[in-house]
Amino acid sequence: MEVLLFAAAALRISVPYALAAMGAAVSERGGVICIALEGIMLNSALAYVLGTHWSGNPWLGLACAMLVGVLTAWLHAEVTVRLRADQITSGLGINLLAAGLTRFVLVRVFHSSSNSPRVEGLPEWNLFGLAGLPGLGPLLGSPLVLLTLACVPFVWWLLFRSVFGLRLRSMGENPEAAASLGLRVASYRTQGVLVCGALASLGGAWLASEQHSFNDGMTGGRGYIALAAMIVGKWNPIGAAAACLLFGTADALQIRLQGSAFPSELLQALPYLVTMLVLAGFIGRAVAPRAVGVPYDPEQR
Amino acid sequence: MSQPRANLAAALVLGAPLVAVLAALAVGGVFIAAIGESPLEIYALMFHEAFGTGYGLGQTLFKTTPLLFTGLAVSLAFRAGLFNIGVESQMYLGGFAAALVGAYAPLPGVLLLPAALLAAAVAGSAWAAIPGGLKARFGSHEVINTIMLNFIALALVSWVGRGLFEPATVRTRDVAAAAWLPRLDRVLPALAGSPANFSLLIGLLLAVGVGVLLFRTRVGFELRALGLNAPAAQAAGVAIGRTQVLAMALSGALAGLGGVNFVLGYKHYFELEFTGGAGFIGIAVALLGRNHPLGVLLAALFFGGLSHGALVINQRVPRELVNVLQGLVILFAISAQALTARFVRRWS
Repeated sequence: MEVLLFAAAALRISVPYALAAMGAAVSERGGVICIALEGIMLNSALAYVLGTHWSGNPWLGLACAMLVGVLTAWLHAEVTVRLRADQITSGLGINLLAAGLTRFVLVRVFHSSSNSPRVEGLPEWNLFGLAGLPGLGPLLGSPLVLLTLACVPFVWWLLFRSVFGLRLRSMGENPEAAASLGLRVASYRTQGVLVCGALASLGGAWLASEQHSFNDGMTGGRGYIALAAMIVGKWNPIGAAAACLLFGTADALQIRLQGSAFPSELLQALPYLVTMLVLAGFIGRAVAPRAVGVPYDPEQR
Repeated sequence: MSQPRANLAAALVLGAPLVAVLAALAVGGVFIAAIGESPLEIYALMFHEAFGTGYGLGQTLFKTTPLLFTGLAVSLAFRAGLFNIGVESQMYLGGFAAALVGAYAPLPGVLLLPAALLAAAVAGSAWAAIPGGLKARFGSHEVINTIMLNFIALALVSWVGRGLFEPATVRTRDVAAAAWLPRLDRVLPALAGSPANFSLLIGLLLAVGVGVLLFRTRVGFELRALGLNAPAAQAAGVAIGRTQVLAMALSGALAGLGGVNFVLGYKHYFELEFTGGAGFIGIAVALLGRNHPLGVLLAALFFGGLSHGALVINQRVPRELVNVLQGLVILFAISAQALTARFVRRWS
């Protein structure tokens, strides 16, 4: 039971990481770096709370979260794909903007600079009696957890087995060649970023639904961890999800060890260290899509 | 390119940051208007608070100081084609090192301040040299590594701080008075009461130093050559790897020294998370300042003024407006930059 509870805790922490990391894999495979994950998640978390607060229906809250997440991603796509501005800087700008915007709205709407009032979380489902399982039960009753589990193979299929995925990946590897076949690079890249926004927004909604409120800066760097997990997972949604599980386990262990003599801060740093080692090629070779981060300019051949 | 067109192109390149600022203020104005206030009135209030009184100006200068350091740090790396997003943690560790030396090192008084300053520079420099070295040796991307090191630094300091911080606080012991940087109001009574201190002068000297280094020395030429065209620089005999490490180390030293504004000039101790995002705003400062020391100084003053000016509007408009403006300035600045680059290229 102890083990099951620990596994449930690790899985619970991994959910938002995995959603955002899979989103990043889609965006980056299409050639657009998405450091904006943090901002997308933050905006979505607030949108979930606002939607649920005003309508009383958490499903409408979820819809608001997705809408806002996709809109935030769309801003990133406009700046980086249409205007061809620097992708990393755009992501950082969006993260700063989201941090400010959410705080601004929080103060304005809820008259608090720290947190919103309590809102309802998403209801539980009992599919195939999963929610009745010992330990893991409550977790597997959550619709977003089930959706996340379903997304892992689906996003993999989307990227590596569907026509859309094949074309999207060609935009990240060799957009000139893709364009010469008559494919519209900007359109595919934008779609990749929007899919990323939708997935990451679910992560933001999950955080808010779990906490039943919005807290200032509640994403707490999760977007950056997700980005790291995507790299450790080698730009593959399944690998990324596995890396998220690893990072989530480290987190759960760290929480478990807090207050003990064990330096839990070192566990906290573990995911970041692992990522650096992977990037340097000490743990397998992580090769980014060839054209990732490079704006596509049809006039420059 | 014909002469009038070349002039227009130059004007576009220089005018782009200004347009970006105006566009951001305009969108911010929409936010202000949306909650029923007058944008012009609010901006006028902010401007007066930030620059209208001696005390306000002193506060603005105090908030400008760390941004000057981080803006210079980001710019220097940018010039060499490296994106140093780790400025936040380099500054953090710089401040930590300065506090450790200032509070615990058994040094004679005259040596304490120089030693603390040196420690800040060395700590930031060493932390930044790590991603520089990883880039040079393994080709791994400095952006990801600097982001990772930001988080690792937080964990590292919390861990070291466990046995070090004053009981029930998250701060170090006070720095010995010999290591304090005096306040500016000692020499400029007009700034009386504000926390602006001699860190600003150090920053101004470093801005000049960075300008000289970049535009008047061989090393600076090599840095810029690397940033403009790495293969050409290599063909011309620039040692790519060494130059990358050097650029990051210098950038980190600037960031690390920025930490002394708070630690040696203001509170006189190190406190967890004292940097409060100054490293990330440094990226906006560098962008807006076009990676030129003079531009960086002006941009730092702009953002410093914004963040102090925000305090006076808080009863009418949430001061978080400033964070919104910071994000908007970044997005508009890179968009304007991309657009002008496209026009200029089309004409040439």
